[in-house]
Amino acid sequence: MSDEKIHISPYKSHIMVLLGLIVLTVITVLITSVEMGPYNTTAAMIIASIKGAIVLLYFMHLRFDQKIYGIMVAIVVAIFAAVIVVTFFDYLYR
Amino acid sequence: MEEQTEHKYLPNYLEYRGKYKGLAGWLTTTDHKRIGLLYFYSMMVFFLAGVVMGILMKLELISPGEQIMGAQVYNGLFTLHGLTMIFLFVIPGVAAVYGNFFLPILIGAKDVSFPRLNLMSWYLYIIGAIVVLTSQFMGDGPPDTGWTFYAPYSLKTQTNVVAAVTGAFILGFSSILTGLNFIVTMHRLRAPGMGWLRMPLFAWALYGTGWIQLLATPIVGITFLMVIAERLLGIGFFDPAIGGDPILYQHLFWIYSHPAVYIMILPAMGAITEIIPTFARKTIFGYTAIVISSMAIAFVGYFVWGHHMFTSGMSSTSRWVFSLLTFLVAIPSAIKVFNWTATLYKGSINIKTPFLWAICFIFVFMIGGFSGLVLGSLATDIHVHDTAFVVAHFHYIVFGGTGFAFFAALHYWYPKMFAKVYNPKIANLGLFIFFVGFNLLYFPMFYLGMIGMPRRYYDYLPMFHNANILSTIGSWIMATGLLIVIINLVRARRGTGKEVNDPWDGKTLEWTIASPPIVENFEEIPVVDHGPYEY
Repeated sequence: MSDEKIHISPYKSHIMVLLGLIVLTVITVLITSVEMGPYNTTAAMIIASIKGAIVLLYFMHLRFDQKIYGIMVAIVVAIFAAVIVVTFFDYLYR
Repeated sequence: MEEQTEHKYLPNYLEYRGKYKGLAGWLTTTDHKRIGLLYFYSMMVFFLAGVVMGILMKLELISPGEQIMGAQVYNGLFTLHGLTMIFLFVIPGVAAVYGNFFLPILIGAKDVSFPRLNLMSWYLYIIGAIVVLTSQFMGDGPPDTGWTFYAPYSLKTQTNVVAAVTGAFILGFSSILTGLNFIVTMHRLRAPGMGWLRMPLFAWALYGTGWIQLLATPIVGITFLMVIAERLLGIGFFDPAIGGDPILYQHLFWIYSHPAVYIMILPAMGAITEIIPTFARKTIFGYTAIVISSMAIAFVGYFVWGHHMFTSGMSSTSRWVFSLLTFLVAIPSAIKVFNWTATLYKGSINIKTPFLWAICFIFVFMIGGFSGLVLGSLATDIHVHDTAFVVAHFHYIVFGGTGFAFFAALHYWYPKMFAKVYNPKIANLGLFIFFVGFNLLYFPMFYLGMIGMPRRYYDYLPMFHNANILSTIGSWIMATGLLIVIINLVRARRGTGKEVNDPWDGKTLEWTIASPPIVENFEEIPVVDHGPYEY
């Protein structure tokens, strides 16, 4: 462990992330008043994914950590995405 | 080891006195072996309660018409039986007991990576269990939905569903944290020289299981929260009357609950994989193939949930895709069975009680597996869906698989855990009676399902009577065998017994240390320079 570099994030970046998350939450709420049909859900999912990515990259330090952790998270996200795709495959062909 | 203990007395984990003594010592322990036993004793209580419920249900079904209970009590009882057996026994099952006790020892570590989190997992398990069980006595009566909580019925029934799903939600956290702990332990704490491909196969099975626990359990957690939100706040997730989709519930529930079958069965297979080479006196056949099959089961098993929903109204395209994937997952399972039998081939087989349990496991697991293909096939599934055939199938898999492996592992590792030896003749007699009773109990249900007896009813038509009598008698025989097995083990635990470190001449690391193991397992972390099964 001792030879691993320790990255300490500055407060500024944490505050920027917090503000980003708040702004995206407000957008999530506001976008529900715009009638886009099924794309409302798509928009909400995209915003939620961006928020999740920010949390992972900055709050959870994935951006500054070893590559292997990024790869592991990517595999998990890919499996989760595949599960979503397979579920909605049913809705597509029903 | 013996030389080292001459210099310094190191207390074993049973006699160790830490900050607290007695019960308080156990309830505050962070020793993985003690936590394994905490799981063991609590799970045995729940398991025996589940067995009693099962016997009562079979007693009700001995004859058509109401015998000892009416419809509502029967509905509550099969729900509680399912909840108890699934969430409190087979899901934590082999992994929580033997994984906790033996994983660190098998990989040459002093404990798991997060010992306090490990104890917290057990507390979450107990809290979840209490909430599930109190749901029977609080509110408007015991849940009558079955352990699956299918919507929209689970949203409309007046019974106490919210408490039951809250309990299952808490139990999910216990499972996630245990999985996480095991994964990190295997990544970080393997002994020097123990590369990934030198790990015992039980550890590999726990690794695959850990990932399923970590990735699948949150989905059912969220699903249960959605059920609670819908019941309490009227949000239309699953009830079509308020814009929801009941099939979405089934998707979300089975996205977890099918992989959960692998949470139960993978560690069971891992335990069997430890037992077979030890008693065949031969290195395991196809180590790498078994490793790959464990991970393949964990991965492919994640994408087969739809086979529980062939008659639910899912799209026909999805049905054949899920059917195909279901047939694919049979391949890695079959690889394991072929490897076990190939290991036995030309081995110097030492027929002892754990080995007998292991081959009984293979026998009943094969019946369960093949009957699963009947259910995985679209046309035949429609014929037997929601019949006694399904009940027979999953009891052959879940009880026949996990249950037999649980007792196989118990008889295998018992001398190491307690430094006591049980009476092998009584153990074998108990197994024989249990095995006969098990098959007499569940096999007639295949027949009953094929001729159309639906599941989950307290009553049936007279045409189903004969096979039901056989099945009920089977439940009594099986319970007798189980009692013999348990009494034999309890007597051995209380008796003086023999203290032996390696009664089976095993080759994995647990057989190199004292029985019972010392508090931190090894006085010095071992250096591993060979594979786990070199005979």
